[in-house]
Amino acid sequence: MELTKEDMVKLFTTMLTIRRFEEKVSELFLGGKIPGFIHLGIGQEAVAAGCCFPLKKEDYIANTHRGHGQCIAKGADIKILMAEIFGKATGYCKGKGGSMHLASLDLGILGANGIVAGGIPIAVGAAFSAKYRKSDQVVACFFGDGATGEGAFYESLNLASILKLPIIFVCENNHWAEFSPQSTHMDIEKVAQKALAFGNIKGETIDGNDVITVHNAMVKAIERARRGEGPTLLECNTTRYRGHYEGDPQKYRPKDDLESAKSNDAIERFKTFLLEKNIVTSKNIEDIEGEIKPKIDEAVKFAEESPLPLPEETLKDVYS
Amino acid sequence: MPETRYVRAINDALKEEMERDPKVFVAGEDVAIAGGSFSATRGLYEQFGKERVVDTPIAESSIVGLAIGAALTGLRPVVEIMFNDFVTCAMDQIVNQAAKIKYMFGGKPKLPLVIRMPAGAGMNAGPQHSQSLEAWFTHIPGLKVIMPSTVYDAKGLLKSAIRDDNPIIFIENKILYSLKGDVPEGDYTIPIGVGEIKREGRDVTIVATSQMVHKALKAAQTLSAEKIEAEVIDPRTLSPLDKNLIIDSVKKTGRLVIAYEAVKFCGYGAEIAAIVSEEAFRFLKAPIKRVAAPFTPIPFSKPLEQFYLPKDTDIIQAVKEVVAN
Repeated sequence: MELTKEDMVKLFTTMLTIRRFEEKVSELFLGGKIPGFIHLGIGQEAVAAGCCFPLKKEDYIANTHRGHGQCIAKGADIKILMAEIFGKATGYCKGKGGSMHLASLDLGILGANGIVAGGIPIAVGAAFSAKYRKSDQVVACFFGDGATGEGAFYESLNLASILKLPIIFVCENNHWAEFSPQSTHMDIEKVAQKALAFGNIKGETIDGNDVITVHNAMVKAIERARRGEGPTLLECNTTRYRGHYEGDPQKYRPKDDLESAKSNDAIERFKTFLLEKNIVTSKNIEDIEGEIKPKIDEAVKFAEESPLPLPEETLKDVYS
Repeated sequence: MPETRYVRAINDALKEEMERDPKVFVAGEDVAIAGGSFSATRGLYEQFGKERVVDTPIAESSIVGLAIGAALTGLRPVVEIMFNDFVTCAMDQIVNQAAKIKYMFGGKPKLPLVIRMPAGAGMNAGPQHSQSLEAWFTHIPGLKVIMPSTVYDAKGLLKSAIRDDNPIIFIENKILYSLKGDVPEGDYTIPIGVGEIKREGRDVTIVATSQMVHKALKAAQTLSAEKIEAEVIDPRTLSPLDKNLIIDSVKKTGRLVIAYEAVKFCGYGAEIAAIVSEEAFRFLKAPIKRVAAPFTPIPFSKPLEQFYLPKDTDIIQAVKEVVAN
């Protein structure tokens, strides 16, 4: 599937929407308007956008605590998303989940997850279900490099390999597992090397800040999954700008690490590419920015004006 | 009514539900070709094939995750954890994921899955193959916990569990697998959350679970010869609990003994004692007594395990103490 010019503009718009959405969440959180814990994926937008673009609406994703971006890229309404992050009754989970537990089965979003690697076994279950029902659906399962230390990661990849399930394991390798660099939790250079342990899983490492590369690799992985040839472990090297959580001063992080991350900005790179190839003009870029800003403002307004859940709502929804 | 064994009743329930609903599938360690380590899934692989009867690696976390993801997307999985003890390896998937998904995602998702696991001591299986860990799960909102004691209940409750839209912990008992009992021909179910009076009596209420139900019934027979009539109640479902059945019985008898095989301290019986204390205290003629296991791991060697296990004679002694009051 070759990307058309129109597709590229859509991809760029998605990436920029995620960036502006999360910048706004950061601002609101630090201003005391958003409760709880917030984990931002600023700098990682190309992975979410590039991987979700070739998915169909009925395909599934499972994602992580750093999961706003994938939800937006899979089609979440930023108003409802923002309302959930605010803990409002109008949010995707009626305020019962929050930033770490965004989910919408209607959009194929099986859930962000507060447990590192917790969503991986569930994603495998959804892939099993797709194969069982012969539905031709695939699953994109997102997780970070830190998650590849969890037992659930190995169990899940092994099971998915044995059953040859239609799943793409997308490792967003930002090289930081919470507060610790990759070198402290992995003795190999590439997460994709871990695919060798299983048999039917194809491992691939790509530049996760190049959205076209991400997209093209994902297209191949999806085709492989739909052909019934088995899972792919797609390692996308990317960059985390913010701390593990909002408010994390990142004292553990060398200054030059953050600076070099920012010099490899996925959005800037894609913008330069689009301008150099004459796919867009500077004016087009300004227009896209101009369209996103009021949408973000509208999402914030919706979230702020939405009602809080009634206290009695606490007791509902425990059982079907 | 034809007689069958407890493990066969489990097997029949699985088979019948798989015949009834193509969305039902079975997965777990050695459940397919080998037919399950206690033969509970025997014959299913031959009848339904590898798509619906799935041998998995020895990896409990992914077995439960498989069930969750499948249930979220339209199937009705029944997975087996080979021993109750091994469920420790799957606790994140059960406690943080399965139990909470419906709630934390705002109530929309349904999660129709059953996790079967054999529990209980008495086979010299040692400290890591003998535990009764039901109280861990009854402590978690979002899970239903079923622990049948009879052949009839095992089949009827497993069928209800498979048809239910919630994550269910279904705890079987290894010693009871060989128990014989009558089951009716054809389809029947037993509602989840409904206990049963297994024996009526006026002098004391004995609430017992799983294997202890049979010990309680034996104790009741012995006590009857001494003119003490015990009422034996099996909650069958531990969560949600049919608490009114227990409270009504205590109102009648004024005395309560609770018998369960797990460690007494912080066990399920403590919750029953607390509920009765809160809601029927003024009907009690004597302090509540619990008959359960000591606060030790389950030992391997025969005399040690026999010492460990709560017995019918322990129930008799406890009943005599409360009746004396």
